[in-house]
Amino acid sequence: MHLGRVVGTVVPCVVYQGLKGVPMLLVEPLDKHAKPKGDPFVAADSTGMAGPGEFIYYEASREAALTLDPWFVPVDHAIVGIVDGATREGEEIRP
Amino acid sequence: MILGMVRGTVYSTINHPFYDNRRLLLVDRIRPDGSEEGGYLLAIDSVDAGVGDLVLMIDEGNSARQIVDEDNAPIRSIIIGIVDEIQWTG
Repeated sequence: MHLGRVVGTVVPCVVYQGLKGVPMLLVEPLDKHAKPKGDPFVAADSTGMAGPGEFIYYEASREAALTLDPWFVPVDHAIVGIVDGATREGEEIRP
Repeated sequence: MILGMVRGTVYSTINHPFYDNRRLLLVDRIRPDGSEEGGYLLAIDSVDAGVGDLVLMIDEGNSARQIVDEDNAPIRSIIIGIVDEIQWTG
């Protein structure tokens, strides 16, 4: 599981059944200092509440699909939660 | 399994129900000599680890689900041990 920041939304007009209504967000991966590192990817939002700019954490592979209901869906990244606060060596970190 | 150094914590109230009341720790991946690999994991704690602890982690779903004893738990990264000592011939 890693830190990320929502940088956009994706609205599919046609999507695999089981994924209808699942919010798809563009997520920018963050490094251990919550600084951007790597290319954005699309993640399903299991919380359904994350919006652009939000500090989140996400999971990949089968565990990403397991966050959804139905869970047997073709999803390889999913937002698991929204970060209220994160500290590193006593200092708060934010994207 | 993965060696790591706990560097911080993450607090969250809006999250997947499974993650409610579970401590999330920010863990740097390290080499046996203690040097940092650069990567990190956000891992659920299952052994009361804290910042500054040298820990053992797993980043694989089946093992993680076995630990938390829930078949469909959406979890992969979990801390499973606190390391006392590393002997490395490296």
